[in-house]
Amino acid sequence: MTTSGFTPAGAPDQAKNIEVDPEGTAKEASTERPESWYSVIWSSKKARVGVITVGIFILVAVFAPLIAPHDPTDSSFTPLMGPSGTNWLGTTTNGQDVASQLVYGTRVSLIVGLFGGLIATVIALVVGMISGYAEGTWLDDVLTFVTNVALVIPVLPLIITLVAYSSTRGVTLIIFVIAITSWAGAARAKRAQIITLRNRDFVTAAKFSGEGTLRIVFREIMPNMTSLVAASFVGAATGAIGAEAGLAVLGLGDNNQVSWGTMLYQSNAQGAIAQGLFIWVFAPGLLLAILITAMCFVNFGVDLLSNPHLRED
Amino acid sequence: MKYFLRKIGFFLLTLWAVVTLNFLIPRLQPGDPAELMVQKLAGKNAQLNLAQVRAMRAMLGTPHGSLWSQYWEYMGHLAHGDFGISYTYFPYKVTDVIGQGLWWTLVLVACTQILSFVIGVMLGAYAAWRRNSRFDSIVTLGSTFVGTLQPFWIALLLLYVFAYSLGWFPTSGGYSQSTPGWNLGFVYDAVSHAFLPAVALMIVTPIGWILGMRNTMIMNLGEDYIRLAKAKGLPDRTVALRYAARNALLPSVTGFALALGGLLGGAILVETAFDYPGLGRLMGEAVANKDYPLLQTLMLLTTTGVLIANLIADLLYGVLDPRARRAER
Repeated sequence: MTTSGFTPAGAPDQAKNIEVDPEGTAKEASTERPESWYSVIWSSKKARVGVITVGIFILVAVFAPLIAPHDPTDSSFTPLMGPSGTNWLGTTTNGQDVASQLVYGTRVSLIVGLFGGLIATVIALVVGMISGYAEGTWLDDVLTFVTNVALVIPVLPLIITLVAYSSTRGVTLIIFVIAITSWAGAARAKRAQIITLRNRDFVTAAKFSGEGTLRIVFREIMPNMTSLVAASFVGAATGAIGAEAGLAVLGLGDNNQVSWGTMLYQSNAQGAIAQGLFIWVFAPGLLLAILITAMCFVNFGVDLLSNPHLRED
Repeated sequence: MKYFLRKIGFFLLTLWAVVTLNFLIPRLQPGDPAELMVQKLAGKNAQLNLAQVRAMRAMLGTPHGSLWSQYWEYMGHLAHGDFGISYTYFPYKVTDVIGQGLWWTLVLVACTQILSFVIGVMLGAYAAWRRNSRFDSIVTLGSTFVGTLQPFWIALLLLYVFAYSLGWFPTSGGYSQSTPGWNLGFVYDAVSHAFLPAVALMIVTPIGWILGMRNTMIMNLGEDYIRLAKAKGLPDRTVALRYAARNALLPSVTGFALALGGLLGGAILVETAFDYPGLGRLMGEAVANKDYPLLQTLMLLTTTGVLIANLIADLLYGVLDPRARRAER
């Protein structure tokens, strides 16, 4: 099996080989054409499970108002109740419906994952690609230094400090803080990748045809890194979801939004364990783990795209 | 030699960057800590008295003047080990408060980190050696899932089962009535309090080692020197341990130091759940009480700790693997 990500044309004798356009969407695909990106992902059992699970979470988040039995902030129920017909998973100490909070909590996690992952990936791309392309120059030295600094600073203490100082704690701020503190690893990986791509023939050809540096980096080289970028996006999104939960658990979340992290914080702060309200305590953490595991599984599939060696076994 | 000098240079530059960042973070935000403190003491809706604010500012040593003069003043204070006064534990100095919590975290983190490193590396090496076996897939899949669990959540789960339901361990704190000291009663007491937090950390931390070790080991197993060793007819055990594992271990040395940063994050959450009297709980308190001097110092201290660990790992790596000294440009 040949790779699809790095050699768009494929081997000449393989007539079935299809082209993959820069966005990574195959023009045509069926089971006979295993090179298309989604059939590669789909061919892995783990990745399939991951894609389906993440898909379900997305549906739940989008249709939360239809799925949730109640308003998550409505505190008119009898507090401290176990599961019942009206409150499927019981109520909190404030008389809120746990099931509805879980459903709405999906939204915060996915939004933080989507935008946190997106911003972190863009920063990583810009820093990594410029630094790698300019390897050996002062620009590379500066960017590499900044990347290395960002890499060694422990992320959670830094995020906590940054968020603790701000007076408003909206989801936007949390996304932003998480993104600007967690791009370094991915930037380093992209720098390494671009160094291997930089001296390929098609780049040399582009240089001789007089294209500008930015154009070469982002138009010629970047499309060859699609699977790496996708992998780092999923990785960054996963990290962002975990970081949001960690912040919320310490009471630094957005208190106007119900998230799984704020649920954990509330249940712990109000002594849910001592009162035996274990669904309230354990369901949010379990959902977080399931979502993050599913995203790791998706990443297994993305890894298959960039590393054909993994596909063989 | 150049390798070592460059690593030391990077350490010093990074340290400077971190100190400066720590100086800038509070100043990037609007609001005045002295005002906040007066507000807190006077009650939410009370009118702010300017004299009070000024007095508070003098008492807390909160900075004034131009950014440059503040910066020099700040650097001077740091050089003298003066980190200010904690708002939460007023009138104690931040350094005293941290000195109290430091040992709890240090012992907890050191023990769990070393244990999980050993366990993780051994599991990872074995999984790589038996690649694609059942053991391998159980270890890889299992650690992927366990690695996604929130440390805080694991802590709550352990609390629920072993402290509240079974009553085997205390539910919170670092020790009960007995006064701290080196006697058997207190050590037993402290260990029984530390056990569950340690288990919570132990569940999450080996994961990185398992997967990292497995990957490097698999890469090494494909190298020519392994093929040569096998062709020479060396016993499997020798090839696996003396050849592959030994070389695969090297990248983990630097990984070990980098992972400290992540571990601290986990420790903060675990300590908060158990109300364990270490630095993590202090950080939680500092956040809740807007105790900025304490928060800033904790941030600086943890970061510096990770930087030093990193420097040591880098230097050690340079000694252990001569290729590293040459490979970098």
